[in-house]
Amino acid sequence: MNKELKIFGVVAFFTLLLYWGVEPFAHGQMHKHVDFNNFVYDGKADIAAAPADKKEAKETFWKEVGEISKLKGDPVAGEATYAMCTGCHMEGAPNMGGVIPPVLDNAGAIYDKNYLIALIKDPAMASNVDHKYADTMTHPMGSIKSMVSQPQDIANVVAYLKEKKAGAVTPKQAYEQACGRCHANRYVNWTQLGTVPKTEKNLATGIDVDALKFKQAVAEEQALVADYMGKLPPDLSIIIRARSHHFLETIVENPQSQLAGTAMPRVGLNEQGFEKVMEYLEVSGDPSKVARDALGPWVIGFFVLFTILAYLWKSSLWRDLH
Amino acid sequence: MARIENAKSVNEWLDQRIGLNTLKKVMQTEYWIPKNINFLWAMGMVLAATFGLLTISGIFLLMYYQPHVDHAFDSVNYLIMTEVGYGWLWRHIHGIGASLVFLIIYIHMFVGIYYGSYKKGRELIWISGMLLFVLFSAEAFSGYMLPWGQMSYWAGMVITNLFAGGSLEAVGLVEWIRGDYVPAQAFLTRFFMLHVFLLPLVIIGAIVFHFGTLRIPHVNNQDGEDFDYEEHAELYKAGKVKESKVIPFSPVFLSKDVFVMGVYFILFFYLVFYHFNFAMDPVNFDPANGLNTPAHIYPEWYFLWSYEILRPFPTDPGLVAFAIAQVIFFMLPFLDRSPNVAPANRRGLFHIWFWVMLVDLLVLTVMGKLPPEGIWNVIGFWAAIVFFALWIALPFITKAEKKL
Repeated sequence: MNKELKIFGVVAFFTLLLYWGVEPFAHGQMHKHVDFNNFVYDGKADIAAAPADKKEAKETFWKEVGEISKLKGDPVAGEATYAMCTGCHMEGAPNMGGVIPPVLDNAGAIYDKNYLIALIKDPAMASNVDHKYADTMTHPMGSIKSMVSQPQDIANVVAYLKEKKAGAVTPKQAYEQACGRCHANRYVNWTQLGTVPKTEKNLATGIDVDALKFKQAVAEEQALVADYMGKLPPDLSIIIRARSHHFLETIVENPQSQLAGTAMPRVGLNEQGFEKVMEYLEVSGDPSKVARDALGPWVIGFFVLFTILAYLWKSSLWRDLH
Repeated sequence: MARIENAKSVNEWLDQRIGLNTLKKVMQTEYWIPKNINFLWAMGMVLAATFGLLTISGIFLLMYYQPHVDHAFDSVNYLIMTEVGYGWLWRHIHGIGASLVFLIIYIHMFVGIYYGSYKKGRELIWISGMLLFVLFSAEAFSGYMLPWGQMSYWAGMVITNLFAGGSLEAVGLVEWIRGDYVPAQAFLTRFFMLHVFLLPLVIIGAIVFHFGTLRIPHVNNQDGEDFDYEEHAELYKAGKVKESKVIPFSPVFLSKDVFVMGVYFILFFYLVFYHFNFAMDPVNFDPANGLNTPAHIYPEWYFLWSYEILRPFPTDPGLVAFAIAQVIFFMLPFLDRSPNVAPANRRGLFHIWFWVMLVDLLVLTVMGKLPPEGIWNVIGFWAAIVFFALWIALPFITKAEKKL
């Protein structure tokens, strides 16, 4: 018996060593280290990674953002200024300059305050994709710089969003508003144009014309997004199986950190917003979790019982052999 | 013509027609196994059980899987995982089973090497076992293609490229294997056929053959002791079970197997429910994309050591080294020149050979997964050199071994 345990120890040792080597160790070596800033948007990483000629501009920008953040915003005045935003940020808005402007119904709840300030001040800088707009191209939301330019106005609009657009938000809303205009999620029927509508096929021809029309509209929208972004952003149906939690939180916080030069803008989610998005990604990417957790203890319990009975059986047969 | 009389029981009816009682004796109650064994002797039945789990889970997956480049990925990741009742359970069992079956195969192999169970009449047990290893490798590889993710596609690309033979540039052969210039529909369908039909069929045949090869030389024991099985079988049958060195396969040997299987299944299902990511590589959750090569391409862990023998060398020597590594284990019974059938710890230099080989394969395995850069490359290169040095040294150190 002692000898068997010793042999088992040797087998277990080498098995665990093998596991450690090919899993935690190898994966730790394979992926570059990226610092996570806990969804604090202070531009630190942007400035550090900026080329020499852009460093100063970025430093000034984020310093000014910090100053505006200290101002006390007036939500009532902010609401009046916000009226300008609704011209684009509305339900059913068309593609503008490559992407559909997001609905801001939950903006105060899911986006960080500092990020919102930065975004109104200079969208390309805030989302850390200013490298994309070096030539004649301008950011689709670039006009905001001339529309809301005074620090107090910016503080007011953000105060309004934080007070009036910060109600309860569902995981679905968080995903749709923060990610869903670029990233489809086919496992939950989400497209860049919204949820796939229920349609019916013509019984005589067997063809669903409305579904085809919707497909075409989606294809056209995807072409616009792909043209603007350089490629079609990936479907996120099972991204939580394909990327680690750390990868997702760091790429959401600062896309450049994981994919240098990417066209993906930072969307400025706060911790709550990120958690809601992750919850939704779990719904589409790992829907069996609940069932696994419910069934697991029963199956394992069965085999524990099985093993005990097998041991008793074995003991009864082997008792007199030695 | 057999004597057919009125049978008084189903057992008797069957006995008259297929010799049921004789069959039971030959296969179970008088199939003699040595008593001097430890739990490692249960690995064979553990493997059989794992193969059973793979077959059953595979049958359920086969009912829903769609071998088409446009649907394969979603049929695995959406249809089976979401819409099929307990589909996720079958998939996890299949994935964990594919990984663990290799862990147990490696343990089974190294038990055989440690105790010298490939010598003196047991050569065919070893060779048929190695044949099973190769068949399981092919089965694992073909199955890995089916989810049609990034790793499926690029592993398929890399492995089929090997058949170009480096400087031989046999692209025609590669295209013939793929059925296309790149892995595509023809490739997926033929690997599907191999995975669900031809290879399992051959594996089942090879398992039967492997069992068959055990019969005459008998199972080895912890001391490599050679004794008269007939004599000890008679002792056992006469009730002198303490003196007898053998036990019947069923139920005595089996009862221990079943206990070991129980322990194994606890681990197995723990992994199925709570710790399955290691068996399903994250990269394979990105759909296959021929225009986007993943940053790191590596095989599943059980192929890493031979991958690392391929990788540190220039193309042609690398391919030769790789080819040798694939078949060299078949040669073990003939390269070991020692007459001793004994556990390695009694065999002098061979004892060292055994542990160095085990550690070297571990090192190769880990290096095979790491990016081929800097120090990892150097370690991988020397580990590959050590691998070949060990095989070259084997005949000499075993020839010099003292007879026990």
